[in-house]
Amino acid sequence: MSTSRSHPANHPVEILRFNTCGSVDDGKSTLIGRLLYDSKSLMEDQIEALERSADITGGGQINLANLTDGLRAEREQGITIDVAYRYFATPRRKFIVADTPGHVQYTRNMVTGASASNLAIVLVDARQGVIEQSRRHTYLTSLLRIPHLVIAVNKMDLVGWSEERFLEIRESFESFLPLLDIKDVKFIPLSALNGDNVVDGSKHTPWYTGPNLLGHLETVHIGSDWNLHGFRFPVQWVNRPNNPHDPRLHDFRGFSGQIAGGIVKVGQKVMILPSGLKSRIKEIWTLNGSLPEAFCPQSVTLVLEDDVDVSRGDLIVGLDSLPGMSTELHAHVCWMNPRPLQRGRKYFLKHTTQTLQAIITALENRIDIHTFEPQPAPDELAMNDIGEIRITTAKPVAYDGYVTNRLTGSFILIEQGTNQTVAAGMLLPPQEAVRPEYNDFAI
Amino acid sequence: MNIYHLDHLQHLETEAIHVMREVAAEFERPALMFSGGKDSICLLRLAEKAFRPADIPTPFLNVDTGHHFPELNTFRDRRAAELGGKLIIRRVEDAIRNGIAIPSPGEISRNKLQIPTLLAAIEEFRFDCCIGGARRDEEKARAKERFFSFRDAFGQWDPKNQRPEIWNLYNGRINPGEHMRVFPLSNWTEMDVWEYIGQEKLEVPTIYFSHRRNCVRRQGQWLPVNDLIPPKPGEVVRELVVRVRTIGDIISTGLVESPAESVDDIIAEIAAARVTERGSRADDKSSEAAMEDRKKQGYF
Repeated sequence: MSTSRSHPANHPVEILRFNTCGSVDDGKSTLIGRLLYDSKSLMEDQIEALERSADITGGGQINLANLTDGLRAEREQGITIDVAYRYFATPRRKFIVADTPGHVQYTRNMVTGASASNLAIVLVDARQGVIEQSRRHTYLTSLLRIPHLVIAVNKMDLVGWSEERFLEIRESFESFLPLLDIKDVKFIPLSALNGDNVVDGSKHTPWYTGPNLLGHLETVHIGSDWNLHGFRFPVQWVNRPNNPHDPRLHDFRGFSGQIAGGIVKVGQKVMILPSGLKSRIKEIWTLNGSLPEAFCPQSVTLVLEDDVDVSRGDLIVGLDSLPGMSTELHAHVCWMNPRPLQRGRKYFLKHTTQTLQAIITALENRIDIHTFEPQPAPDELAMNDIGEIRITTAKPVAYDGYVTNRLTGSFILIEQGTNQTVAAGMLLPPQEAVRPEYNDFAI
Repeated sequence: MNIYHLDHLQHLETEAIHVMREVAAEFERPALMFSGGKDSICLLRLAEKAFRPADIPTPFLNVDTGHHFPELNTFRDRRAAELGGKLIIRRVEDAIRNGIAIPSPGEISRNKLQIPTLLAAIEEFRFDCCIGGARRDEEKARAKERFFSFRDAFGQWDPKNQRPEIWNLYNGRINPGEHMRVFPLSNWTEMDVWEYIGQEKLEVPTIYFSHRRNCVRRQGQWLPVNDLIPPKPGEVVRELVVRVRTIGDIISTGLVESPAESVDDIIAEIAAARVTERGSRADDKSSEAAMEDRKKQGYF
């Protein structure tokens, strides 16, 4: 689905990633369908296909949800079983939408859809108000540290566009929002089915003076969502040309990766972890030529002054702000597998670009989704549970707290044998920064 | 906006480079699917960006249906040679001859027969990962696919049991016989692809630009006249100024009437377009779940 609105020339276009969550029948797919339909992002053949399926399953009524419910089983059961991604654009922004399902058994998909988001939309059925799923999704938004939250109070037409009802729902959210860590929250009353306050305003809500949904998505400030403090560079791939035609490349040894935090400059002193060796940046190599500096999240190839031992999984960091380093990790996890998490189990842990053996040494608590209170020392974490655990890794891991850096503060656990991804982990801040033993080993 | 800011193409580019390097680092025998089409042309540029100054560490793989536009194959062979890559071609015709692919009675389309041909190539070379140029905006079933799409020993995709994909942590672990399909362009739209081709000044096969061609009208589409589907009695052959928007087989690729002679013209045309790219592919129209069914069997 491409942009249909005119494309502005010579104007940098930002990408905003957002996800929608809510429980079954809150109208998520309908809302996305409405955004696409009313922003004129749908094409004739898509509308044609919609109309074709309306004749078969909808008794002639166009069903906007059919736009995102792409798989046959979903259309037949009227549910969304996996994250569906949609793309649309307005002259101001390009949007990547992750439509994440609401039913309990697929909550892991919300984590999948939301982890890269700038903004989350939690849908609430105005008739039902806040239910367990709303609390869970709001909590996950906070835990994943998605910077912006929109509470879309949907189906307002079915409560007679009652301002009182809207405020009631708003208040029940506001009773628990202070327990969470979300800085920017916006409440919008709307009807996805009829289009009120989605792309255009609504004549039914004279009492609401805020922006419509698309207006908010187009203007919310996302410029500071990336981390530019503290240089972090997980080495992905060692770049060594085999038989270079260019003789200058005979000794080329570059470290390729995506900058996970901060800014790097040629001449800057850096440390390689876990070894603790130091060197300087000699060159920032890209296909388009060398750069004087580069920043998160650019992908580059770094060349160092010294011939130090560096391989995949190492973390190159700036000296001005050092990460923590340990084999003992403390983290929140969202458990995503039917086989529960128990103490003593072994998994592969993938953190940045390294995969290590890890053992679960303790289950500290399980979060009660109703009260957000931690319940100490659970026997296990079941599917969709969130809790704090302790892990010991086979080798030291250089890391940041997830609150400071989403990329160096996150990990996944992989079950050995089945290779399933079973947990999303968010590291708690390290107790202290790394203290290298060989302070001036190199240079 | 400050100077430490990436625009949308730079964002998509750095994401795709990261994905390609993960493949190079985590798999033993990856291949890069290269057809000569616009999406795979972007993939090759991204591979250069990810791996230069070293060699691109994957061979290029193409399943030739025997129904390709000749212009496409010429371009494919030349571009692969320019990049110094090893191009592996496996033909549906050979697969039919060897009994690997078996056409249904009267089946002319080679679309489904690509599946066993591709799976046989994966087995032959023991590829553990194939990088492809598929995009989520192309089609509803694709919209649900991960960057790292796991395939079992039969090459099947199980949409109900996909691995959660979180942050930029891709789980590439597989057991012997299984493989991964990886789609670095997952988040790109048709518009992004053309803007990138424009920005990077990439060459594309000439059939993407307007040219004169004999066409016949079938099922609401202009199809190119060729030996495989000669005009039927009563069908009128017309010479039109057309281009392809998406390239499938010559027997099923609809041509659009277009004066677009440059990448900028194409971008302007897409911005004003009222049908999707795949609206001109007869293979996707055959049923509501056509793509889903083919993907479950191992299609790209």
